[in-house]
Amino acid sequence: SSQVVWSMLGNRQFCSYKMTTKTQNFCRNEYNLTGLCNRSSCPLANSQYATVREEKGRCYLYMKTIERAAFPRRLWERVLLSKNYEKALEEIDENLIYWPRFIRHKCKQRFTKITQYLIRIRKLTLKRQRKLVPLRRKIERRENRREEKALIAAQLDNAIEKELLERLKQDTYGDIYNFPIHAFDKALQQQDAESESESDAEREEDDDDEDVDKREFVEAEDSELSDFEDMDKLETSSEEEQEEEEEVEKRASHSKSKGKTPLKGPARRKRPYIEIEYEEETEPGTKTKTA
Amino acid sequence: AGDGSGPVLGEGTGPPAPERVLFPPTFSVSEIKNKQRRHFMFLRWKQQQRKEKLALKKKRKKEREALGDKAPPKAIPKTIENQRVYDETTVDPNDEEVAFDEATDEFAPYFNRQTVPKILITTSDRPRGRTVRFCEQLATVIPNSHVYYRRGLALKRIIPQCIARDFTDLIVINEDRKIPNGLVLSHLPDGPTAHFRMSSVRLRKEIKRKGKEPTEHVPEVILNNFTTRLGHSIGRMFAALFPHDPQFIGRQVATFHNQRDYIFFRFHRYIFKSEKKVGIQELGPRFTLKLRSLQKGTFDSKFGEYEWIHKRREMDTSRRKFHL
Repeated sequence: SSQVVWSMLGNRQFCSYKMTTKTQNFCRNEYNLTGLCNRSSCPLANSQYATVREEKGRCYLYMKTIERAAFPRRLWERVLLSKNYEKALEEIDENLIYWPRFIRHKCKQRFTKITQYLIRIRKLTLKRQRKLVPLRRKIERRENRREEKALIAAQLDNAIEKELLERLKQDTYGDIYNFPIHAFDKALQQQDAESESESDAEREEDDDDEDVDKREFVEAEDSELSDFEDMDKLETSSEEEQEEEEEVEKRASHSKSKGKTPLKGPARRKRPYIEIEYEEETEPGTKTKTA
Repeated sequence: AGDGSGPVLGEGTGPPAPERVLFPPTFSVSEIKNKQRRHFMFLRWKQQQRKEKLALKKKRKKEREALGDKAPPKAIPKTIENQRVYDETTVDPNDEEVAFDEATDEFAPYFNRQTVPKILITTSDRPRGRTVRFCEQLATVIPNSHVYYRRGLALKRIIPQCIARDFTDLIVINEDRKIPNGLVLSHLPDGPTAHFRMSSVRLRKEIKRKGKEPTEHVPEVILNNFTTRLGHSIGRMFAALFPHDPQFIGRQVATFHNQRDYIFFRFHRYIFKSEKKVGIQELGPRFTLKLRSLQKGTFDSKFGEYEWIHKRREMDTSRRKFHL
């Protein structure tokens, strides 16, 4: 009758476990040994059949014999296989003694595959597992919008500039930058009676003669007039004035950089600071050339 | 027409609208069925509203001028920062308890100049091009930092190795769909671990009008707006990434600016054009961070003791409440 069953299900009639693809026929029956739809692998069409299946990490050997064909409930006999690989293979051999070679061989192959993938599962669970956290669209949108608004409210450039100027005022940069003039003027004006420190007093003495000149010069610098006016004062002034003067010239020649200095700005800036000491006298020469 | 706007109907779009349109009292523009007419009437109504508003403004200004010196001071416009819900953990600069805490917390060795920061930058598994480039640029910005690629190594095992090799901080950049989107910053000898959500990452080539590459000089650090206790500790974490003595010759500054719980990172080169003017030029990458959690020890997601976690339901209820 297994012949009859096969001739019905396998070829002609409908078998609900059968899945056909272009090249292969598969069998979806859970007791199938190989997974293909063959005469020798069909659990329905073979009255004597065996499989290996695993449940919760333990492997069992399922057997079906013709004697129990009438009792569907007791059809499949289940044997727990040992955890030890070799022992389990022996158990399979023991249980399936006198069974067809094909079934024995396939059972052992299937058992091997199952143990291999169980080992792999155990190894993977020990490694880090990637936890997928779903994004919530509404929240993402809300946060992006709030970030944009916060960015606008932050006014980063202004804040950074303010902070840097604060630090300059607090004298964290020490003597690197040569802008003490304004500070000293302000100090003088604000505290007429008292002098802040001795350095102030010294400076005062030094610049006494040129105070008047300096004052005028400084205002010109602020309003950023052309070079030529400054040039007149250049001949008669001291080294310090030359420094500022150079700054003015360079700035004017750069045609007024806006908030951010253009690429050449910082790079070019460095040179005047270094060249001052060396090229004191040749400067006017170069200026006349460019003018 | 039964809609009650009889006298106005005849005008259509031709003749100009009268100065003041008279509507019968129980009339609204939305009741007109004809779309074109309705639209026209609505525009007219809008113009009228605007005129009234302008007139009101002018009147107020005149009153103000008329009062002269006695005028009440101008009202300060309300901003979110003004209306911020007062946070009781706001740090008072003179608070002794805070000062004492900060002298004895995990960053004390850094602030006492006993340790020099050494940073390890790494990513999640299999970083894609953008993340890799971002890591490199970050490494140029932060001095004394090294980029190592993670090839499937567990963080918990990396950390003891890092401590053994004298690293002070660990940065892990998490990546999703080829863009970096998360940052884990961990201070190493069992320091706090902060987990951020990172957004709007811009690499150097995407920044407009940028300058040349950041040099090897140690940059200055600016930390803005970290007011609460939590903000303070985060600020100190950021400060601990950079060596203590900035080289002013380099004229570089790294800024962490906190605004409404978003921390904006920028890297600039500055130059003082005069006493009152400074020019800044952006180089280096930029990104924004939002704090998600702060954990007491080093990175341990299961058994760690969390100092602060962002809980959306509890903490995002008010638009004026910020935690950093």
